[in-house]
Amino acid sequence: MTAPVVIQAPIARARSTARRWSGGRVALHLVLIILMIVWLLPTIGLLVNSLRSSADIASSGWWTALFPPTGLSLDSYSAVLSETDIAGGFINSLFITIPATIIPIFVAAFAAYAFSWMNFPGRNLLFVAVVGLLVVPLQTTFIPILKAFGQVGIAGSFLTVWLAHTGYGLPFAIFLLRNFMGALPREVFESAYIDGASPVTAFFRLALPMTIPAIAALAIFQFLFVWNDLLVALIYLGATNPENLPMTVQIANLVNSQGGGWELLGPAAFISMALPLVVFFALQRYFVRGITGGAVKG
Amino acid sequence: MDPRLGTALAVVIGVPLVLVGYIYLTEVVLRFAPDRSRARIRPWLWLLPALLFLGLFLVVPTILTILRSFQGAVDGSWVGLDNFAWFFGTPDALLALRNNLLWVVFLTVFAVGGGMIIAVLVDRVRYEQFAKSIIFVPLAISTTAAAVIWRFMLDYQSPGSPQTGTLNGILAAVGLGPISWLQVDTLALNTIFLIIVTAWMWTGFAMVILSAALKGISPELLEAARVDGATEWRVFRFIVFPLLLPTIAVVSTTIVITALKAFDIVYVMTNGNFGTDVIALRMIKESFLFGNFGHGSALAVILLLAIIPVMALNISRFRAQEAIR
Repeated sequence: MTAPVVIQAPIARARSTARRWSGGRVALHLVLIILMIVWLLPTIGLLVNSLRSSADIASSGWWTALFPPTGLSLDSYSAVLSETDIAGGFINSLFITIPATIIPIFVAAFAAYAFSWMNFPGRNLLFVAVVGLLVVPLQTTFIPILKAFGQVGIAGSFLTVWLAHTGYGLPFAIFLLRNFMGALPREVFESAYIDGASPVTAFFRLALPMTIPAIAALAIFQFLFVWNDLLVALIYLGATNPENLPMTVQIANLVNSQGGGWELLGPAAFISMALPLVVFFALQRYFVRGITGGAVKG
Repeated sequence: MDPRLGTALAVVIGVPLVLVGYIYLTEVVLRFAPDRSRARIRPWLWLLPALLFLGLFLVVPTILTILRSFQGAVDGSWVGLDNFAWFFGTPDALLALRNNLLWVVFLTVFAVGGGMIIAVLVDRVRYEQFAKSIIFVPLAISTTAAAVIWRFMLDYQSPGSPQTGTLNGILAAVGLGPISWLQVDTLALNTIFLIIVTAWMWTGFAMVILSAALKGISPELLEAARVDGATEWRVFRFIVFPLLLPTIAVVSTTIVITALKAFDIVYVMTNGNFGTDVIALRMIKESFLFGNFGHGSALAVILLLAIIPVMALNISRFRAQEAIR
């Protein structure tokens, strides 16, 4: 089966043996609480440091600010906004991410529909090729594509990353949508065709609305992938057009150029994390469903 | 007002309109085709945009890069296998290969092993969703941001001055250290730490998938074993673990590919210095820093060759699934 795995509610799994307080239970809670602290600690450290002055950051660890005098302020945040172009980078990241999320969804939906509900010779072989392309390292594409962008005269423009991200994101997009569309009930389409619906009508009226959960998962994935991307932007924009750099490349440059002066890094990192974290916490269900539906089978 | 806003708006609204318009147009065009060939032509028209993108951005460039790897630093000068001979004869390049092997082994052990342990433990408590969110959330942020976060964890100040990094702060509290985590390459310690940072991000991925598979195991089965007197460890070892194996295999392939493609974290945290180089980063340096597209293409091909076994595995697994569909 390729239908997405349904995540059961924990309540449905009542256990008669495990709810007593014993030494083992205490150890279990202790281990989990330590794990959660270990996972949160790095981020908390950066958050605290992003609120401290550069002198404080250089002279003592972030944990000293947990006890008074804390000396916390938002000065570093206003400094990063005035001294660097991180605000422009935020806008650039949006400019890059939104079209690079929307275009592949449409292109993949058409292809997924053809793979799911149309018969043609070589269909399975072609889809196997798409599965193969899922893992091709981007490194094998950079040199020829960069050269081609130069020849066409679009090097360094947003268009290059929109197109590249669409191409790079398509194998996963087609794979995910086809797995979902292919699992829709056959009868729905058969009765629509009997009623005289064209494939276009069947696609826009039936297949697409029924695929919304998968499309939502895909949109979140592609959005996070492009927003968080460093490599593609570094190659296609980094060398040719510093004005169009997204935040990830800006922050990487900041790390490499600043060395010790880190008071700007924390705020910059948190500004870049804000949108992914909002998307993640608001749409976590779809995100998890996309991951499990894309990877787990049966 | 940013003049680029107009372009972006035109793209966000225009491109979907063009694509939807294209699909409607195919039906108009197909009306002129003879009845019998309509159903034959239609799928290819629906696939055309995707095939163009896949061809132009993945298939053709990969073929060109393979051809390019047999040419020298200058375009068009055929040099046979010289670039590959360079790779296997250069200690620095081989170091990158060794590091990628370390990445594959340790990232898989840390992320998949850790993800499985956490999935099993968290299944037994009431704050499961909360705990899972905390482990999972680093996957949503960029590797660049993760690198910044971990620089403060691994920060190093010379002995005697107050330590500002969390790990060295802890060491100092018990009278040890400080250790320059990202510069010590004894036993590849710095590479291991780069892998730990990546595992911090990817353990949640393995955990979520394994946890979903764990919920798929019938509770009655586990309960029956417990009633028969099996210890929790034996229940896990002889029932849960074997049932999770196929899922562990799926998760592991994703993690192995992540390890082979490792780039961002190395680029931002050490830039490949102190013996932490990896193939993906070496490829970028050779190509775009040193301008040697021959070496760069050869490195890309080596990366591709390393990934091909995983690709074959994915394809055979996919075919097995299709067979039972």
